[in-house]
Amino acid sequence: MSTTTDTAAARPAASVKKARPGGSSAGAWLLATPLAIVLGIFLVIPILMLVIVSFLDYNSVQILWSFVVQNYIDAVSSSATWETFAVTLKYAVITWAITLFLGFWLSYFLAFEVRGAAWQMGLFLVCSIPFLTSNIIRTISWIPALGRNGIVNSVLLHFHLIHQPLTFLLYSQFAIILAFVHLNTLFMVTPIFNSMMRIDRTLIEAARDNGAGFWQTIVNVILPLSKTGIGIGTIFVITLVMGDFVSVSIMGGGQSASVGIMIQNEMSQLQYPAAAANAVILLAIVLIMVFLILRVVDIRKEL
Amino acid sequence: MNRDRHGKSFYILAALFAAFVLFLYGPIATIVILSFQGPNGGLTFPMRGFSFHWFHALFQQQMVGDFGGAITRSLILAFMVMVANVVISVAGGMAFRRRFAGSTFLFYLVIASLIVPSILVSLGIGLLFSQLGIDPAWYSSAFGAQLTWTIPFGLLIMFAVFNRFNKSWEEAARDLGAGPWRSFTNVILPIILPGVVGIALFGFSLSYDEYPRTMMTAGDSNTLPLEIFAMTANVTTPVIYALGTLTTAFSALIIIVAMTSMAIIRRRRAAKLG
Repeated sequence: MSTTTDTAAARPAASVKKARPGGSSAGAWLLATPLAIVLGIFLVIPILMLVIVSFLDYNSVQILWSFVVQNYIDAVSSSATWETFAVTLKYAVITWAITLFLGFWLSYFLAFEVRGAAWQMGLFLVCSIPFLTSNIIRTISWIPALGRNGIVNSVLLHFHLIHQPLTFLLYSQFAIILAFVHLNTLFMVTPIFNSMMRIDRTLIEAARDNGAGFWQTIVNVILPLSKTGIGIGTIFVITLVMGDFVSVSIMGGGQSASVGIMIQNEMSQLQYPAAAANAVILLAIVLIMVFLILRVVDIRKEL
Repeated sequence: MNRDRHGKSFYILAALFAAFVLFLYGPIATIVILSFQGPNGGLTFPMRGFSFHWFHALFQQQMVGDFGGAITRSLILAFMVMVANVVISVAGGMAFRRRFAGSTFLFYLVIASLIVPSILVSLGIGLLFSQLGIDPAWYSSAFGAQLTWTIPFGLLIMFAVFNRFNKSWEEAARDLGAGPWRSFTNVILPIILPGVVGIALFGFSLSYDEYPRTMMTAGDSNTLPLEIFAMTANVTTPVIYALGTLTTAFSALIIIVAMTSMAIIRRRRAAKLG
């Protein structure tokens, strides 16, 4: 059904005068106008503004409209900037590895081990509902578990597994990565689950019939066919972690750095051009990473 | 395939799934319990009595700044974003059913809106407004900033809906003489309604809890997540858990209402068709 209409839409239907489903090109333009306006005003122009301001001078009170590259020189000549970008990248890579592991196996469980569409969708909803609640509250909610007198320490002390409360649990890099995994695994599960649900089940039967074991089926059939979902999930997780400052500032206890926190600090000190320069560098890094991922997977295939 | 017996992998992965669900919901359960701490209780266990002390504290004292104003603004803003998100996403979804000049560019813009780090959107809009000499406010700049986050989700839902949409219904409406508007209201909208409810749910919930894109764009009057984030830095009593419990309960209520209405719509349709 959809294939026939797609081919019809691809070439101008000269002989058919009747309006085709999907509407006319002018109609499509009209329908897309609000979308284009909102994204133009609140995404394209602000990002351009960010790039412009990153090349402007400033003093302690205001932005000065004169072109300088000093903000970039300041940024790349400071070892603190490099360290901050490095640690943020580290968070992103570690979080990516953990969420990929969890996302793949949780999706595999939902798509291939759970039987019946109702169970599959029900359990998927269980994973995705927390996304619609507050990230800040979800991050704070780790404090009673991880604190010095928290649940984890109490249990470990009670069973004499440790003699001193563990102090690395909260306000540490461990806590930051835990929060990232907690908040972002859904972004890995959803696209991978979506990819896996599209895999033709007969392919798996064929693999089994040809003598492929569990792991061979995973590596040779399911993994390649989930590539798009893995790519989309990777883009989500990497970009969310690279730009974060909420989780790092709550879970890091004010001592930890991230690019987001660095930008936020510069903003609170009214150093907007400096913040903009770091923002543009962050944007460039994120876009390069996304570009590299898109070279491996075609996300339009998934829509 | 044997459909009755589960393999070893099922049990291992079921255990992983159960552990993940505990990981996902366990922490929020602990703060719900701890929000009922006695008046002398702290941020961690043990519970020192059971009371509604911290919920009272939330409303009586000025512990959270302008709590009433913040929640009112957040609710109005969430409603505005919900309506705008539905209109823009449904219209956009209809538009993307065919190629038009610039459709690929616009598609990539939507994806960009999703993956550009929120803090950059926030900073960019904040700079734009300040350089234009317009005061940022929750109903203008923050409204637009939040739309850049909710619209991509709305459109992705629309893409999924139209992937499964049978165009012969629409053709039938046209053949019977319905104009574009009539075929939309009488044929397309009823079919895509569960998806539209989903878009409304995403618009409302994501706006209600949005922090990073609102941070630089809300102006002088805070939204609720901004108040909550400010609290995390300087509040050391369970009052913050009480607030967390309340907003999470409210979010859960919204989700339940949306899901129930989706289920009702589907059931009515099934009854009609059956």
